[in-house]
Amino acid sequence: MPVHEFTLDDLRRILLAGAGVDSGVDIDGDILHEQFEALGYESLALLETGSRIEREYGITLSDSTLADATTPKALIDAVNAQLAAPSVAGL
Amino acid sequence: MTACTERHTPSVVVTGLGAVSPNGLGTSDYWTATRQGRSGIARITRFDPSDYPARLAGEVPGFAARDHLPGRLIPQTDRMTQLALVAADWAIADAGIRPGELPDFDMGVITASSSGGFEFGQDELRKLWSLGGQHVSAYQSFAWFYAVNSGQISIRNGMKGPSGVLVSDQAGGLDALAHARRQVRKGTSLIVAGGVDASICPWGWVAQMASGRLSTSDEPARAYVPFDAAARGHVPGEGGAILIVEDAEAARRRGARIYGEIAGYGATMDPRPGSDREPGLRRAIEVALRDAGVEPADVDVVFADAAAVPELDRVEADAITAVFGARGVPVTAPKTMTGRLYSGAAALDVATALLSIRDELIPPTTNTVPATEYDLDIVLTTARPARLRTALVLAKGYGGFNAAMVLRAVRQ
Repeated sequence: MPVHEFTLDDLRRILLAGAGVDSGVDIDGDILHEQFEALGYESLALLETGSRIEREYGITLSDSTLADATTPKALIDAVNAQLAAPSVAGL
Repeated sequence: MTACTERHTPSVVVTGLGAVSPNGLGTSDYWTATRQGRSGIARITRFDPSDYPARLAGEVPGFAARDHLPGRLIPQTDRMTQLALVAADWAIADAGIRPGELPDFDMGVITASSSGGFEFGQDELRKLWSLGGQHVSAYQSFAWFYAVNSGQISIRNGMKGPSGVLVSDQAGGLDALAHARRQVRKGTSLIVAGGVDASICPWGWVAQMASGRLSTSDEPARAYVPFDAAARGHVPGEGGAILIVEDAEAARRRGARIYGEIAGYGATMDPRPGSDREPGLRRAIEVALRDAGVEPADVDVVFADAAAVPELDRVEADAITAVFGARGVPVTAPKTMTGRLYSGAAALDVATALLSIRDELIPPTTNTVPATEYDLDIVLTTARPARLRTALVLAKGYGGFNAAMVLRAVRQ
């Protein structure tokens, strides 16, 4: 069964719903390698974002995974790694 | 000029106002409505009140947080915080301050709170019980919290000086301003202070009903009538005011427009229920007058707490007449146009008192037909022109809190 891939657009949608966006930030722009902090998202915003990803995709992201993912690219990769893990794919 | 009675404690003044009220969003709209006796009390629209015994409230009209605040702040804030942040923005602009140009630790934030972010908390509790803990917003950790308005104003404006929150129901607005004065006297040059409350949601509503003091009338013009023979409790409202409190000398140096001085303050607790000792309000008034160095005859107007519960109206009328004599001072309660705003009420009354001093006009108490048993000179129906130099604001909080504050005109 193909696993749904977590994309930058998915992340944008979840960031907007959970934490909003600052007026000075172009969330639709090329943000893949930007630091979350530079985009205006502090640790609590990422906690909320992680929690929304977890419940929507039925995965678990460890605290260290969230803390280490300081850019959208890193977080997307971490989510996709979880989605591809056998324990999830087998559900 | 320097009298021997001059106090050695530095004078502390108000240089900026931001009002958010059921009868006007923004200081100018609020003051225009209040001078004209225009009410903001109506049937609740924020939820369907049909099944509740109390159905009227003062709701702030036309407030859309997105018009005023950055998108990042919306998902993490309750309505009361959104209103407080905007009121603070307006007060800062009114004072002509640019927080970014001042040292972080020279600016603090001290607000009053009575219920916290109830509507936000209600939504998250609903998610907790219907969907599970994973669905509760991470922002619930602070969005409901009493101190959240102080915290968010502090973060938004980069203010790292002395900050905090006072929780004493309706007395809190004065307690917060008094604490701001204390911090300015201790050396912080500027404090953003006041109170804004908003909990017109089912959870907030039942919490307020528990006081037994809500009016169950469906007539906006007769529901909240303090000092009236038909007084039957109050109508709750949302809103309040944020003020900029500064050292008078510092304010003069920067050429600030000064609304007036926080000249005196007194706070007392009532004796325990059932005690035969006198309630504490009179003593709070006397302490405030003494602190300001003024005599009762110097006070030009009293802004009443105006509980509209007969026993409490009696306590307040007795305290006023004990200090000022029968019909000895004009008394007004513009909150008859807004409902009681809890921690926001007294802060808004202080703003109103300062505008009254500026414009030499006492705004009216609307709807009340005073009972003959009270020997009070209540300013009714229309504003009364008067030369105002000194105003006294009274506030009584549920649980026995009393506070009184003297505001005084300042020669610019």
